[in-house]
Amino acid sequence: MADNEFTIDEQPVPFKPGQTILEAAKTAGIYIPHLCYNSEFKAHGGCKMCTVLVNGRTQTACTHKAAAGQELDVNTPELDATRRSLVQMLFIEGNHFCPGCEKSGNCQLQALGYEYEMMSPHFVELYPHREVDASHLDVVIDFNRCILCELCVRASRDVDHKEVFAIAGRGLDARLIINSPTGKLGDSAFAITDRAARVCPVGAIFVKGIGFKTPIGERTYDCESISAEADSCEVPETT
Amino acid sequence: MREIQEESDWISPEIEREVAEGLGIPVTRVQSVVQFYSFLYDKPPGRYRILFSDNITDRMLGSSALLEHMLKRLKLRRGQTSPDGAVSVDLTSCTGMCDQGPAILVNNFAVTRLTPRRIDEICELIRIGAPVAEWSSDFFRVDDNIRRSETLLTHLEPGVALDAAIACGRQGMLDEIKRSKLRGRGGAGFPTGTKLEGARNAPGAEKYIVCNADEGEPGTFKDRVLLNSYAVRVLEGMAIAGFAVGSTKGFVYLRGEYRHLLDKLQAEIELMREERRLGTAIRGCAGFDFDIEIHMGAGGYICGEGTALVESLEGKPGRPRVRPPSMVQVGYLGKPTIVDNVETLAHISEIAVEGGASFAKRGTHTSTGTKLISISGDCERPGVYEYRFGVTVSRVLEDCGARAVTAVQIGGASGVCLTPDEFSRRIAFEDVSTAGAFMIFGPDRDLFDAAHNFAHFFAHESCGFCTPCRVGTAIQRNIMDKIAEGRGSRYEVNDLMRLADFMKKNSHCGLGETAGNAVRDTLNKFRPAFERRLHARDFVPAIDLETALEPARRITGRDDADAHLVTEA
Amino acid sequence: MSINGSRKVKVRLATTSLAGCFGCHMSFLDIDERLFELAELAEFDRSPLTDIKHCGPCDIALIEGGVCNTDNVHVVRELRANTKILVGVGACAINGGLPALRNRLKIDDILDRGYRDPVSGEPCIPNSPELPLALDKVYPVNEIVRVDYSLPGCPPSGDAIWKFLKDLILGRMPRLDYELLHYD
Repeated sequence: MADNEFTIDEQPVPFKPGQTILEAAKTAGIYIPHLCYNSEFKAHGGCKMCTVLVNGRTQTACTHKAAAGQELDVNTPELDATRRSLVQMLFIEGNHFCPGCEKSGNCQLQALGYEYEMMSPHFVELYPHREVDASHLDVVIDFNRCILCELCVRASRDVDHKEVFAIAGRGLDARLIINSPTGKLGDSAFAITDRAARVCPVGAIFVKGIGFKTPIGERTYDCESISAEADSCEVPETT
Repeated sequence: MREIQEESDWISPEIEREVAEGLGIPVTRVQSVVQFYSFLYDKPPGRYRILFSDNITDRMLGSSALLEHMLKRLKLRRGQTSPDGAVSVDLTSCTGMCDQGPAILVNNFAVTRLTPRRIDEICELIRIGAPVAEWSSDFFRVDDNIRRSETLLTHLEPGVALDAAIACGRQGMLDEIKRSKLRGRGGAGFPTGTKLEGARNAPGAEKYIVCNADEGEPGTFKDRVLLNSYAVRVLEGMAIAGFAVGSTKGFVYLRGEYRHLLDKLQAEIELMREERRLGTAIRGCAGFDFDIEIHMGAGGYICGEGTALVESLEGKPGRPRVRPPSMVQVGYLGKPTIVDNVETLAHISEIAVEGGASFAKRGTHTSTGTKLISISGDCERPGVYEYRFGVTVSRVLEDCGARAVTAVQIGGASGVCLTPDEFSRRIAFEDVSTAGAFMIFGPDRDLFDAAHNFAHFFAHESCGFCTPCRVGTAIQRNIMDKIAEGRGSRYEVNDLMRLADFMKKNSHCGLGETAGNAVRDTLNKFRPAFERRLHARDFVPAIDLETALEPARRITGRDDADAHLVTEA
Repeated sequence: MSINGSRKVKVRLATTSLAGCFGCHMSFLDIDERLFELAELAEFDRSPLTDIKHCGPCDIALIEGGVCNTDNVHVVRELRANTKILVGVGACAINGGLPALRNRLKIDDILDRGYRDPVSGEPCIPNSPELPLALDKVYPVNEIVRVDYSLPGCPPSGDAIWKFLKDLILGRMPRLDYELLHYD
C-alpha cells in the first residue's frame, strides 16, 4: 500500500494529504451518499448519510480525514439499510408531500429514497405543525420540508456574510430560525442573489414563480440516479 | 444569559435584542442559546419556578403523587404558568438528589425530602409571596450521606498536595500520574496521564483545565459530595493538573441544578487566592500560576459530553463537536484543553501526596485506585460509598442494605441493567464500568417503568444535531409510551431492538450511542415485563381510534354506535 | 392443486380506495391489454371493478387511499382479516398523501368552517348516524393495520403496478427498477 492510498471495498484509492474520505472518494469517482455536505462549506457531519466503516468503525466520510492503509466499507447491504433508515427518519420527521412539492424530481432527499429503495417511510408519521413563510418577495421557506442540514446556515454565514439563518431548540424541537425583527424572511437581509437562496437540497427554500416548469420525466433525478449523476454536490435548481 | 435571567426571571425578545446589539451579533445566536437550555426561558415561567426531578428513583419515592398534589393545590396544569405570573410547575431531568428525594428545584435551588406536608408548606409560602431566600433552610438541606470512605473521602490539609506537586516538579508530577494509571472517573475511563501529557506536548502556551461538574447522568451524585465537602481536593487537583500541563487557567463547569454549591465554591476559591493556593506564584513557587473560574450550566445533560461542554463554555448551544481533532489538541477557544471529571481531579491530589506507585496498588491491575459509587433506590442506606476498584456488585448491595433485589442499573440511564445472576461481577473498567450511578430495584419494581423513564430522558436531552439520535430517541419514546398505554404489540418490540442498534452504530456522540441501552437490556432481561403489557394481537394501530374520533363526536354531537371504534381484541 | 403443481389456481385479488382519489385504480387500468394476462392469473373479489360489496378469503389486497373516517377503518379491517398479503398502493395509503394535508388543522375547526348555513351563518354540521365519522387525522394504512408491502407513486404508473403485482403473484419479492419508483 502506497502512503497516499487507502482501500474502499478492497479497492485501492489514492488521496491527497488533508483530504477527507468523501473528497478522496469523489475524486476517484466513487459515490458516497450525502445530504448536508457541500464542498464549498465546512463539513457539518450531522445528517449521517455519508456514514461508512473505517477499519470496522462507523465514521462520517465528510469529516474523517483519509489516511494511508485505512480499510473502508462503503457499499454493503448493512450500510444501504442504514441509509434507507436515515431517509425514512427524515421523511417522517417533517411533512414531505412529494406530489405537491416544487422540488420533486430535483430533490436530493427524494433521490436518496429512490437510490436506496425506500418503499415506505415505515415509522409512524409525526405530522409536526410547521409554518410556510412566504413573506419575502422572491423566495419561500416551507419549514415542513426542512431537514436541518444547515447548508443555508453555513452559506448565509460564510459566503453571504449575512447570517440570516440559525438553528434553535434542542432535540426534535430543533428548527431553523431567521435573523430579522419579525422572525420572518421578508424583513431579513436575505436576497434572491444570496448563495443561501440556491443551496437547499430539498424543497424548503425555493424561488417563487418557477415551480413545476420541467415536465415529469425530464427532471434531474428522472433521468439519472443520484449516484450516477456527475457532480451530486451541485444542488439541482428547482424547475 | 443565566445572570441576566436571574435579574429578570425570563428572557424577553427585547432582552434578546439588547444582548445581541450589545455583543454585535445577530439576534438568532442569542435565541439559539436561550432555546437550547432547559433553564433559560423565553416565556415567563413565573416568579417561582418549580421543577420536579423526574428520575426513576424520584418516582420510586412517590414524586408523581407529590407533583399531582402540588398541581392541585396551586390549581395548575403541568408546564403552565399561573395567570398572575406567580408560579409554574414542571418536570426536569434527574437533579442529583437521588439519595434524599423526592426533590424539586425552586428557582434552581434544590429542595429535598419532599412530603405532602412540605408541599403544602411551599404552596403556602408561594401564596403569601415569601422570597425564596427567606424560606426555612431545612427545605434546602442537602446531606452528603457518605456511608463508606477509603482514601479519597478523607480530609486533606490545604496546601499539602500543592507542596508535594511542587517538590515533584512538573515532569515528575506528570510521571507520577502516569505511574498511577489513573483513568477518568466520568465514565469513559481514558488514561489521565496520557491525556495530560498530550496537552502538555501540544504547541502553544495557552492551555486550559476544565473540571466537568455537570454530573447529569441519572442516579449520579458523587461529585455533588466531593464539591460540597472535599473542594480542596478537587480545586488543588485542578491546579496540580495545570502545573503538570503548563496551563494557568481552569474552569469549573458546574451544572445548573447544583446552584446551591456556587457560593460555597466561590468562597473556597477566594480563600485559596488569599492563601496563595491559587493565583500567581502558588505556595511561593515562581512560575506556578493558576486561577479558577466557575461557569454555571443551565440545564442540559449533553453538556456533560466533553466537546459539548466546551461549546457551552464558549457561550454556544451544547452541541458535540466533530472528532478528531480531540479536545487535547483543539479545545476551548481552539486551544489545548483537558476536560476531566471532578473525581478524576480529586484523585490527582491523592497521587501528588502518596505517589503514583502507591495509588496503583489499590484496585485492579487495569482499574487502579478507588471509585465513588452513588447508591439510590431500594436499599436501607442510600448515599455515597467509596470502594477500591474490583469490588463485587453483591458486596455493594450487602453494604447498603439491599435485599431481594430484582435488578441494579449501573452507570445511569446510559449504563447496564444487571440481574442477580450477574451480581458476582466487579465494578471496574474491564468489567462493569460506571461513573458511579448505582440504582437498586427491589422485589416489586417493574423494570419496564425504568426503561420508559430513561426513554423519555434521552428524547428530552438529545441535542438534535444528528438524524439517528434526534429522530431515533423520539421514536423510541413514542413506542415506549404506546406500550405503557397498553396499545403496544410485538411489531413495536422488533422496532425497539433495531432502533437501539441503529442509534448505537450511527449517532454523533455517546448520548445517541447509549440511548437504546436501557430499553434493549430490559427487553433482553425482563422481556415478560414488556410482554405482559403487550396486546394479544401482533399489531395495534398507532393511535387509539376511539380517542381519534373524539373531536368529530363532539362537534357533531353524535353518540350512536357508529360514532365509536374499539381496538380489535 | 395436484401433486406436481400442474393445475394453476387463480390468485384472488381484492382492491379498494379509502381516502383516495381513485387515481391508483385508474392507473391500474393503464396495464391495458395486460389485463388479459392478469385474467389468466387472478380473479377479483371485493373491488370497485367487480362491485362485490364484501370481501371473502383472498390472497392479495391492494389498498389505495389513507384512513380518514370510521368507514375506512371498517373496510381496511375487513380486507386485512380476509387477505394473506396486504399492499398499500400510492402516496395516500403510504403516508396519508394529499388528504393528510389537513392534519395540521383540527378536524372540529374544519367541520365548523366547512358547514355553515350560507344565509344565516349558523353551523350545520351533518350528523346523521348513517354518515361515517371523521378521525382527528388522516392516517397511513400501516398505522391502522399491518401492511405487508408498499407500492409508492401518485399514482404509480401502470407499468409499476403491473411489475409489482406480477412479482407478488409469481411469488417473487416485489421490486421496482429505478425508472418505475416514484413518490410523485
